[in-house]
Amino acid sequence: MSTPHPQQAAGALPHEPEKATLEGRNKVLGFWLFLGGESVLFGTLFATFLTLRNQVADGPSASELFSLPMTAAATFILLVSSLTSVFAIQAMHRGNRTSLARWLGVTVVLGLAFLILEIYEFAEYIIHDGYGMTTSAFSSAFYTLVGFHGAHVLFGILWISILIGQLFKKGLTVVTAPKIYVSAMYWHFIDVVWVFIFTVVYLLGKVVG
Amino acid sequence: MAHAHTVKRHKGLMDWLTTVDHKKIAILYLIAGGFFFGIGGIEALLIRVQLAKPMNDFVTAQQFNELITMHGTTMIFLGVMPVIFALMNAVIPLQIGARDVAFPFLNSLGFWTFLFGGLLLNLSWILGGAPDAGWTSYTPLSSTTYSLTHGVDFYTIGLQIAGLGTLIGGINFLATIITMRAPGMSFMRMPMFTWTTFVTSTMILFAFPAITVGLVLLTFDRILGANFFDVAQGGNPVLWQHIFWIFGHPEVYILILPAFGVISEVVSTFSRKRLFGYSSMVFATILIAFLGFMVWAHHMFTTGMGPVANALFSIATMLIAVPTGIKIFNWLFTMWGGQIRFTTANLFASGFIPTFVMGGVTGVMLASAPADYQYHDTYFVVAHFHYVIVGGLVLGLFAGLHYWWPKMFGRVLNEKLGKVEFWTFIIGFHMTFFVQHFLGLIGMQRRVFTYLPNQGFDTMNLVSTIGAFLMGVGVIIFLVNVVLSFRQPKGVAGDVWEDGRTLEWAIASPPPEYNFKQTPLVRGIDAFWKEKMAGNKEMTPAEPVGPIHMPSPTILPFMMSVGLFIAGLGFMFTNDDFGNSVLNFLFGKYIITGLGLAITFGCMLLRSLFDDHGWHIDPDELNDKEVKAS
Repeated sequence: MSTPHPQQAAGALPHEPEKATLEGRNKVLGFWLFLGGESVLFGTLFATFLTLRNQVADGPSASELFSLPMTAAATFILLVSSLTSVFAIQAMHRGNRTSLARWLGVTVVLGLAFLILEIYEFAEYIIHDGYGMTTSAFSSAFYTLVGFHGAHVLFGILWISILIGQLFKKGLTVVTAPKIYVSAMYWHFIDVVWVFIFTVVYLLGKVVG
Repeated sequence: MAHAHTVKRHKGLMDWLTTVDHKKIAILYLIAGGFFFGIGGIEALLIRVQLAKPMNDFVTAQQFNELITMHGTTMIFLGVMPVIFALMNAVIPLQIGARDVAFPFLNSLGFWTFLFGGLLLNLSWILGGAPDAGWTSYTPLSSTTYSLTHGVDFYTIGLQIAGLGTLIGGINFLATIITMRAPGMSFMRMPMFTWTTFVTSTMILFAFPAITVGLVLLTFDRILGANFFDVAQGGNPVLWQHIFWIFGHPEVYILILPAFGVISEVVSTFSRKRLFGYSSMVFATILIAFLGFMVWAHHMFTTGMGPVANALFSIATMLIAVPTGIKIFNWLFTMWGGQIRFTTANLFASGFIPTFVMGGVTGVMLASAPADYQYHDTYFVVAHFHYVIVGGLVLGLFAGLHYWWPKMFGRVLNEKLGKVEFWTFIIGFHMTFFVQHFLGLIGMQRRVFTYLPNQGFDTMNLVSTIGAFLMGVGVIIFLVNVVLSFRQPKGVAGDVWEDGRTLEWAIASPPPEYNFKQTPLVRGIDAFWKEKMAGNKEMTPAEPVGPIHMPSPTILPFMMSVGLFIAGLGFMFTNDDFGNSVLNFLFGKYIITGLGLAITFGCMLLRSLFDDHGWHIDPDELNDKEVKAS
């Protein structure tokens, strides 16, 4: 295995530090494969949701429930966070650790804002409308699909926060770079999933009914 | 720099709990898989005892349901899958000339999650009743309305944890085969077993997440009161069938493709010939995998999908016979004109071919939707899938175990005992399942716990039971053979069959920790055979002798799996009243679940915070070890 002891001096970092070692390349490839599996996971959840989206039993339907302005705001926030994670990776390729950490920090804050909006939305339904997991088949499918995505966002926030800490402690090396790179891949993935959720769950529910 | 980091090397039990060496993980998979295979086999024998005569009361109807559910689930997920993974782990890195898999840590994690998932599932026997809704766990039978014990919860959560391990293993082998091949080994020079492992891993990657979701939905229905499959609240029970089979059908190809790979290796080695039609073999494997994803609804012909859907899934299913036929003829043509040696491994491989063809033929019969209305849920189906899974996969696994045993353990299995084992097993197998075709055709339903006398079922059921015990005897002979093999001194020749074709035969048996002192240079298909034909005794190295980097052993994968085990057990008993306020609080408020998850994620955090720099084996150490290893 190549270069197991990455102790480069600052500035001697290769252009694409995430792919400089075999371990790094393996990590990136393995993560692409993992995202393939995740796609099937969310695909199955979407299929379940599409099957059950009109099965509201005695509960409210999608168009009675959702409010588009807030969801649109959440969508905008998450899309911007994807952009900031691109800026982070560009900073990493320039070897600029401070800028990298800053952009990752912005990404985490935006992710947190998205998550707060989502928790607020869920709380609104559950506490005010009495609309929970057990209300109807539609509600079960809704909470499971959107909740799975929310759990992914939460995991991403914690993960990237820990990586920011590592960036300060260990520096930007050929060991930390692949970690940051795959966390950015992950972040883009949950962003893409959200685009589908916004379309299939909210737009379709509100507009088509 | 080589010894900049010293790593504590464990001994005894701790060595096995912390190992990240693919060869040791292979042995762990083999032991655990063998253990569960034994449990599943005993369950099968109990089922056959109950069915040996009409109106038998050896077990109750409830116990019978639990036995058939656990037999199917255990054999597929906990018996044969791990033995497949054992062979993959033992062989793949060696066949591609690598020192380890791409992710040794994940390799260990995959094993431990599988083991703890399997233990959790089997714990159901002593914690209030095993799952009883069949291995397919169809709703609403598996809902809380009809399945009152925690059995199905053990099924959903146990399989969830075990399935995670399989998914991790699949990703690991994909990455390993893509990036870790020795110089010169292009994709079209890979041994056939490596190819089938590659394709199988792809199927695992795209099939297992579907069952992950299915199991989550069923768990939520049962524990959180969700309504996915509850018709009264708008749910849809057929949705479960679709999700289950969209995973379940690829799963059966996940099982059989590695066996195809094993047979290809064994037949070619013992015919002293190159595998006939190598490229068509690769093509057929990929085609089977692709079609395998397109045919899930042929398990649901009688669900009422309508004639159009039934026709499409019928045709797609029949198409699979084409690439499978290609494979059968390629094996026959490999043997044609070869210098065939009928070692035990080759006996199993040769027995596999006609047996598997019989399973394939009944498969095409079942693929015809109108006919399936007659066969559905009868013993004809039971006979069919045992022909492909036992007559196909299990014979393939025995072939593989006899073939690679010397490579894994440095000792050969006795050939005489092996042949007795083969004949006992295959005669027992055909006795058990051949008659079941006819039992099904004359109307015996599967999953019935007993039957009335004088329907023409009695004799054939008795024959079937006797056959099952004969198979049991075959397995016991294998175990005796294993025990006897460990009384030999370790260290047979590297190329123990003398006709080894692939890279694993170019190194010592068992291989040293680092596999290859120097990464070999691959100059064609059947790399080692090519060198031997060129008059070389060993592979040409592709690199000078240098320090070898090794990953450190770690206990974290074990702890992560323990965490998942605790979390799963905690979640399952959320709604139970223990008659004890402390226990009710711990389970009802998700304290136990949270504790388990905290262990798992805490270990993940540790793994992220403390980078593993591994350790090095020095070149002079390498030369010492060569002497010690043998």
